[in-house]
Amino acid sequence: MSQLRQIAFYGKGGIGKSTTSQNTLAALVELGQKIMIVGCDPKADSTRLILNSKMQDTVLHLAAEAGSVEDLELEDVVRDGYQGIKCVESGGPEPGVGCAGRGVITAINFLEENGAYEDMDYISYDVLGDVVCGGFAMPIRENKAQEIYIVMSGEMMALYAANNIAKGILKYAHSGGVRLGGLICNERKTDKELELAEALAAKLGTKLIHFVPRDNVVQHAELRRQTVIQYAPDSKQANEYRELARKIHENSGQGVIPTPVTMEELEDMLIEFGIMKTEAEQIAELEAKEAAMA
Amino acid sequence: MSPLDTPKGPVSGTALGEDLIAEVLSAYPPKAAKKRAKHLSVARTAEGESTPGCGVKSNIKSIPGVMTIRGCAYAGSKGVVWGPVKDMVHISHGPVGCGHYSWAQRRNYYTGTTGIDRFVTMQITSDFQERDIVFGGDKKLGQMIDEIETLFPLNKGITVQSECPIGLIGDDIEGVSRKKKKEIGKTVVPVRCEGFRGVSQSLGHHIANDSIRDWVLKDGANAEGGTAYDVNVIGDYNIGGDAWASRRLLEEMGLRVVAVWSGDCTLAEIENAPKAKLNLIHCYRSMNYICRHMEETWGVPWMEFNFFGPTQIAKSLRAIAAQFDETIQAKAEEVIAKYQPMVDAVLAKYKPRLKGKTVMLYVGGLRPRHVATAYDDLGMEIIATGYEFAHGDDYKRTGPYVKDGTLIYDDVTGYELEHFIQKLRPDLVGSGIKEKYAIQKMGVPFRQMHSWDYSGPYHGYDGFAVFARDMDMAVNSPVWGLTRAPWAAAS
Repeated sequence: MSQLRQIAFYGKGGIGKSTTSQNTLAALVELGQKIMIVGCDPKADSTRLILNSKMQDTVLHLAAEAGSVEDLELEDVVRDGYQGIKCVESGGPEPGVGCAGRGVITAINFLEENGAYEDMDYISYDVLGDVVCGGFAMPIRENKAQEIYIVMSGEMMALYAANNIAKGILKYAHSGGVRLGGLICNERKTDKELELAEALAAKLGTKLIHFVPRDNVVQHAELRRQTVIQYAPDSKQANEYRELARKIHENSGQGVIPTPVTMEELEDMLIEFGIMKTEAEQIAELEAKEAAMA
Repeated sequence: MSPLDTPKGPVSGTALGEDLIAEVLSAYPPKAAKKRAKHLSVARTAEGESTPGCGVKSNIKSIPGVMTIRGCAYAGSKGVVWGPVKDMVHISHGPVGCGHYSWAQRRNYYTGTTGIDRFVTMQITSDFQERDIVFGGDKKLGQMIDEIETLFPLNKGITVQSECPIGLIGDDIEGVSRKKKKEIGKTVVPVRCEGFRGVSQSLGHHIANDSIRDWVLKDGANAEGGTAYDVNVIGDYNIGGDAWASRRLLEEMGLRVVAVWSGDCTLAEIENAPKAKLNLIHCYRSMNYICRHMEETWGVPWMEFNFFGPTQIAKSLRAIAAQFDETIQAKAEEVIAKYQPMVDAVLAKYKPRLKGKTVMLYVGGLRPRHVATAYDDLGMEIIATGYEFAHGDDYKRTGPYVKDGTLIYDDVTGYELEHFIQKLRPDLVGSGIKEKYAIQKMGVPFRQMHSWDYSGPYHGYDGFAVFARDMDMAVNSPVWGLTRAPWAAAS
C-alpha cells in the first residue's frame, strides 16, 4: 500500500466541485486506487453520483439520533459506491440553525479516531462553498488534506473565491504543511477563460491542472445520478476526467504554498485582459450613456 | 509585620506609592509597562479639591497572561444579578462547566424550601452536547422549560443564562422564551450574557439589568398603590445575610421595603419595585442601570447609601431619612441611638486590638471604597485599594473614602498585587478566594471580602459586630507567630 494521500476540493458555491470531484475520483479508481470521499457539506450531496442515490445516513444525523458520535460505529456511516469507492457524508443542520462548521470538525475527528482512513490510498474532502469559518477550514488544517484543488471558472466571482481559498491555504501552509495542488477550470464559456485561468494560476504561484471543457453529457449523467465515467465511459468527456485524474495522481508532492493577491491586483488582471474596465472608464461610459439619453 | 520575612523598606511614606509603582512597572516590557501605568496611581488631593483624586484607566480589556481575576458576562448575570432571585429557575444554557463551577451561588441567603419553591443553590443546565452545537439548542431549551415546569411547578418564572456557544451558533433564545412564556403563562427571560462579551463581569450586570427592563418590567411592572414610605434596596445580594441586616434598620426607621434586588428576592418583588418612592442603591456598579430606568419611566428617584461601619450607617440613615418626613427623621435618630451602645461595646472590645493596623483591599466594583470607612471605624488604616471591574464613575466616587497617599490599582495583575504586598507588608489583605491562599502563604493575614469568608453579615449594625470580630480573628490569630521561614532558621 502506498502512503495515504489526502486531497480536498474547494471552490465557489455552484462551480461544480462535487461533480468534478466525483467524476475525477471515479476515473482515479481505474488507476487501482482505494478511495474514500468525505463530504463536508450539510446538504450531503458530495457522494450522490458515486452511490447512485443520495446518502441518507450522515455522520451527524446518526450521531444526533444515537446521542453522540461516540455511540456510532464506522460501519454505520460508510457506504460503498461505484467500484468500491467508500463514501461518508458529515451532514449538518438545516440552513439557519446551529453550527455546520463544528459539524464538519466533529465528523472528520470521528473518522480519524475510528481508523476510517486505514487501508486507503486516497481521502478526498469535498467542502461547501467558500471557507466561511474555522470548521470548513478543517480539511486544510494540520494533518488533514495535503493538497487542495480549487475548482474555478472564468467568472469573476469564481476567481475571487479561488484567491480567497488560496489565502486560507496560505494561513495554514506553515503550521500544517497544506499545499495548493492547482486549479481546475470548469469551463463556463466566458471570455478568454483558459487564458484567465492560466494567468490566475501564475499569480497564485501554481498551475492550471486541467481545463475541463463544457459538455452536456455531464448533465445527462448527473440527471441519472451517475458520473460520466459510469454513464458514458467511452465519451470524450470521460477521457477528460481520466486525464484530470492522471494529472492529480502524478501531482503527488508537487503542491505549492500559494501567493494570493489583493483584490486590486485581481481587478488589474481582469482589466489587463480587457474584460473589465477601470473605474474611470466605467464612469465615463455611464456618463456618456446618460448624456445620450438626455 | 509578618514573621516570615523582614520588610525591605519603610511601611509607609509620602513618596512611597509613586516609587513603588515605578518599581513594579520596571519589570514589564515597555509596551506592557505603558499600558499598566495608566491603571496604577496614588490618591493625591489636587489644589482646590477637598478629597483625593483616584483617577485611573478602567473597564478596558485585560492584558493576556497577567493573571487577571476578572470574571465574564455570564458570571455577572447568572452569578450576581439574576442568580439570587429565589423563586425563578435559572438555566445555565450551554455546556455543563459554566453552571457547574458557579453552582450554589455566592452565599446569597434566602428563605424557603430549596427544590420546592426556591432554586438559588440548584445547578440547572441544558448540558450542551456536540449535537446541540451542530444542530442548535432551541428545541432542547423548549423541552427543558417543559421539564422544569413538571419538576418544579411552584417556580414563578425562568431565566435563560447564555453561555458562550449560544451566541456563536446564533440560537434564537428570544423566540423560544416568547413562545414558552405564552405556553406556560410565566415570565421567561432570555439573557444574552455570553461570556466573551465585554471585558469583565461588569457587562453581564448591565445585560442582566437590561433583561429585567425588557422582559420583566416592560409588561409586568406594578407601579400602582403603595405607601409614602416605600423604598427598594437595590444591589444588596444578601451575602451571609447582609440584606436582612440592612432591611431591619430601614424597617425600624418606619420605611417599608418593597423589594431587595436581588438577595432573597422574588419575581414579585422585582415587578412591584416601581411603586416605591425611592430606590436605595448599595452596589452602584451592578445595578445603577435599572435605577436610572425606573427614574426615567416611573419617576422613582435614587440615592446611594453605605451600611458598612457605624459612621457610614448613621450618615446613610440620616441621608435616607432626609428624603422623608419628620417622623422618619426622628425614628432614624432613635435607631442610631438604639444601636450606639452596641457599637460602643464592639469598638471597646476590638479597636484596641486593631488600631493602627494597615489594610490592603482588592475587591469587585463597590467594596474597595464602601468598606474602607468600616476599617476606619476600627482604627485601621487603608493603605491600598482597587477594583476588579469598576468604571470611571467608581473611581470618581472613591476619593472621599480614601486618604492622601493610598495606593490605587485597577484590574491589578497577580505580579503587581504580590509585589505591592511584599513591599507594603500590610497587617491584613481583603480580597477573594483566588488571592487568599497565596497571600496567607506570604505570611500575611487575609479575609475574603467577596464572600465574607463563609461569615457575615457585614452590613448594618449587626454586620459591623461580625465584621469587627472577623478582622480581629484574622489579624490577631496566634498562627502568625508560629510560622518560621526555613531560610531564616538556617541562617
